[in-house]
Amino acid sequence: MTTTLRIAFLPLTDVAVLAVAREKGFAGREGISLDLIRTTSWATLRDRLVFGQAQAAHMLAPLAVAVTLGLSQQGASLAAPYKLNVNGNMLVMARDFAQALDPDIARRLDDPLGTAHDFAAAIGLWRRKPVIGVVHRFSSHAIMLRYWLASAGVDPDRDVILRVLPPSLTTEAMRADEIDGFIAGEPWGSAAIEAGLAETVAVGERIWRRGVEKVLAFRADWLEANPDTVDRLLRALARAAAWCDDAANHEALAHLLSDPRYVDQPAELILRALSGEIVAQAGMAPLSMPDFMLFSREATPFPWRSQALWIYSQLVRWKMAEHTPGNMAKAGGVFRPDIFRRALADSGDVALPGASMKLEGAVSSPLAVGSKRGELTLGPDRFFDGRVFDPERIEDFLAGFDAPQ
Amino acid sequence: MRIVIIDDSGLRATVLEEGLREAGYDDIHIVPPRGAFVARLERMAPDVVLMDLGSPSRDTLEEMLTVSRALARPIAMFVDRSDEAMIGAAIDAGVSAYVVDGLRKERVRPVLELAVRRFNAFARIQAELEEARTALSDRKIIDRAKSILMNQRGLGEADAYALLRTSAMNQGKKIVDIAQALVTASDLLGGSAG
Repeated sequence: MTTTLRIAFLPLTDVAVLAVAREKGFAGREGISLDLIRTTSWATLRDRLVFGQAQAAHMLAPLAVAVTLGLSQQGASLAAPYKLNVNGNMLVMARDFAQALDPDIARRLDDPLGTAHDFAAAIGLWRRKPVIGVVHRFSSHAIMLRYWLASAGVDPDRDVILRVLPPSLTTEAMRADEIDGFIAGEPWGSAAIEAGLAETVAVGERIWRRGVEKVLAFRADWLEANPDTVDRLLRALARAAAWCDDAANHEALAHLLSDPRYVDQPAELILRALSGEIVAQAGMAPLSMPDFMLFSREATPFPWRSQALWIYSQLVRWKMAEHTPGNMAKAGGVFRPDIFRRALADSGDVALPGASMKLEGAVSSPLAVGSKRGELTLGPDRFFDGRVFDPERIEDFLAGFDAPQ
Repeated sequence: MRIVIIDDSGLRATVLEEGLREAGYDDIHIVPPRGAFVARLERMAPDVVLMDLGSPSRDTLEEMLTVSRALARPIAMFVDRSDEAMIGAAIDAGVSAYVVDGLRKERVRPVLELAVRRFNAFARIQAELEEARTALSDRKIIDRAKSILMNQRGLGEADAYALLRTSAMNQGKKIVDIAQALVTASDLLGGSAG
């Protein structure tokens, strides 16, 4: 018997695992027919999920936490048993603005701390407060941008203007001079670069080497009521993710995603993030960043509770959420490693970490860790400023940041 | 009650505005979601904002609702979350509505219902237009195919059409598909398209 599942998504390269699960038969082999609903705003994606027009959604991880905490227009308890990717973002700025930064772009991207300080200086040289586009208040990109700016003493609520706009309108807004730059998921940064409007200023993967990005979010009650369907879907996605990570499939994947039903952008632009060959300025030779966007290896899909709590710590830091034991428990509970383990217990090829939490930012070179099955090596997950997030000591972590002026 | 319609499509906004005026609402403004539309909206201080659910600018609007100090009262989407039928109908029709806090739901419900009906009516008009456009282009293709047959096989118009129709029936295809195949083949072979 085939179960039909409706899953809402936004046109972004990191919808790859869902698209491949559908198009390459991974979902079909688990008896699931995927109806993928292309959506143009996070608000509409959220509404479709919360009001039951979709059973699951390709969602910004911080948005899943925020909806659960009642911070977004529609509150609802959400559950994320699976991460669709890590990394995949770029901050791009107008070329005029970027002139004040290190002209050697490879060096600029390798040294996010130095570049953050150059960026702070560039703000002073700019004729007005720079307007930086972000896709959503509760996006991984906005949180990462805030983290990065603040490291150089820039107050993101005071020294720059963060303007929310959907990824698909970023190039148009650059052309109309409505924004001076933006941080978004691919291929939108590459699209603005290719149009000659912007160049890369920072790469998500260099700010947090393994940054949480999109999750597969369900309504918690639906997830609990449909364990068999959820498990089958997760098994299909784990296999699709392995397919997506395989370099031999990247060209075919880029071609698939370029379809108007998915991202509707040239395959050549989409391929850059998949293969980690990033063109940082129009006409420049690509820079190799093999960890630019990950789907499968190093147990990428595993929803570490500590990562939900890291997101929570940032929402508290920027005064978007109140720090209470109740909120902390709710936020941590959005990520569901227990469901992941249940679904993938019998599929021999997926690594299952033994723990549900870890220190975030503590691994500087590949590290073998305890796994219930198979060998699991975690990749480096350092933050560029060297901080380590201990999920058991959130207050200490927060106290370590200078209070915004 | 001040109602602002955020919409890019002149026709859809007009269809909705007309309906609201007929129902006795007279403080209605249409704002296209471009440029500094959020600032304009803030100045208007609306009680109800209606927007196409498919508009990519919804996130921009919601950000404004979160941070704006110009709006005295918070605005929430769908005034009554217990009314699932209404919400379902709104999402199906592609309507999103933001309503200021404190506005009684009996006052808002008729506006929402009207918006849903008008959005559905607009979708029907669009579908009909699309159909008419398709029908027109179908007829052009069939006319070209007919003239190819008339020129190359020396048939009269009625016989040319009959031949297309018989071929379509025999192959279980639409006449326009047969006609298109013939036109393409003729173009490829460099035949005069007639």
